[in-house]
Amino acid sequence: MTFSTPSPDRSSSGRLPHAFTTPGSSSFVEFLSGHAPQLLPGNRPTGDVHAPHGTTILALAFEGGIVMAGDRRATMGSMIASREIEKVFPADEYSAVGIAGTAGLAVELVRLFQLELEHYEKIEGSLLSLDGKANRLATMIRGNLGMAMQGLAVVPLFGGFDLDRRIGRIFSYDVTGGRYEEHDHHAVGSGSVFARGSLKKLWRPGLDADAAVKVAVEALVDASDDDSATGGPDHTRGIWPVVATVTESGYLRVSDADLGAVAAQVEQERRRTHEGHRDASGGAR
Amino acid sequence: MSMPFYVSPEQLMKDRADYARKGIARGRSVVVLQYDDGIAFATENASRALHKISEIYDRIGFAAVGKYNEFENLRVAGVRYADLRGYSYDREDVTARGLANAYAQTLGTSFTTESKPLEVEIVVAEVGRAAAGDQIYRLAYDGSVTDEHGYVVMGGQAERLGGLLAEQWRAGLTLPEVLGLAVRTLGAAAEDGGEPRAIPAVQLEVAVLDRTRPRRTFRRLAGALLEDLLGAD
Repeated sequence: MTFSTPSPDRSSSGRLPHAFTTPGSSSFVEFLSGHAPQLLPGNRPTGDVHAPHGTTILALAFEGGIVMAGDRRATMGSMIASREIEKVFPADEYSAVGIAGTAGLAVELVRLFQLELEHYEKIEGSLLSLDGKANRLATMIRGNLGMAMQGLAVVPLFGGFDLDRRIGRIFSYDVTGGRYEEHDHHAVGSGSVFARGSLKKLWRPGLDADAAVKVAVEALVDASDDDSATGGPDHTRGIWPVVATVTESGYLRVSDADLGAVAAQVEQERRRTHEGHRDASGGAR
Repeated sequence: MSMPFYVSPEQLMKDRADYARKGIARGRSVVVLQYDDGIAFATENASRALHKISEIYDRIGFAAVGKYNEFENLRVAGVRYADLRGYSYDREDVTARGLANAYAQTLGTSFTTESKPLEVEIVVAEVGRAAAGDQIYRLAYDGSVTDEHGYVVMGGQAERLGGLLAEQWRAGLTLPEVLGLAVRTLGAAAEDGGEPRAIPAVQLEVAVLDRTRPRRTFRRLAGALLEDLLGAD
């Protein structure tokens, strides 16, 4: 594979190449696929690769927005590749994206997606609609299908505040780029089965932001309880899940101090329940 | 068969420069001014959608005068250049100097090789972490670049307004002060003894690169916010 100078490959006169001054598209991905396709994710040949894998991402809606949360573990087979990877990102001011699957590709895809939205905003002078952003992400996932067939799948979860309808909305995807709007809550990744079960019991209509953050942390704790690839809150090192809210006032990452308090509260409640249960059954288990 | 006329290169370039200069002087002026917390851009522009001032990247802004379709094309090229560079390397590696060079080559090549020069004049400005790191590059229709300090006026009565700013601008002005100065300058009388105009806030297009903001420093100022800032001066 040849690697040409990525930027800016000027013609002999030194002026900006024609691809730069061609009018029409406000999509960065389209520009990249025409001008520098080697920089697109999904355009590289791969063999059988073992790469770090990111795991559980979940999102739930609450009154006036959404919460998105992801654990901090990446695994490579049975090994823990990273205990502090971040898998939930702001896509732009009013949306968040979390990605489960092959970590390297996922992070690259998120970077490209963030840039795609910013590029559109700068060129058009206005924000894409939430549906527009969700569809754009679907197209990008579709472009990665070749890699997914070789086992390097990325499965995002996308959510944001819809500025037209004034509500929080959540979208899930499959590897072929299928886009599905989810209601109330959803989870993806290896621990998603357990997280979904947990969300189903804990979620209720009319949650406020703080309650929704607690539900998200509880669901992640439940997922880490039963899925070895999902990391729970790490009290020893002070590593907490990445939890963010997206509301009318934009994307806001919940601070580590707040998360530490929520995680401690969840642990305390569970310990108390467990101890009560142990005392009642009259012995250590 | 008619013989083509001989035109000396000097005459050819002079004609082109005159043509471009005339086109640029037709529009309204744009002023770019440094203030304590960043760089401010202002112009008289009744349109809400057709901007003369825009964001290129995190710390880089763009202002232009002249033909809209020509500078809009350059603006889009600049956004693509910056985004591609930031994506290939890192967001920190996108600089106004690199962009100004790319624009200079593009303008210079157009001026010498194409049948009509671009009738535009551009400012590419980058806000630094401190005032000493601010960079303002002014690009003329022929591709010449000037590294400006403090303030720039382009288009319309650029020379006259530049003279006014030279008297009144000083380092360390606050945002309300610098916006007041910008609006007074834009509304200054066309000749000595003329009546200055008061430009209402709705007729202004104003934006800043604010070094106190995280990541994307570009911000448009309009509506009530702009009126407050202008009233505070």
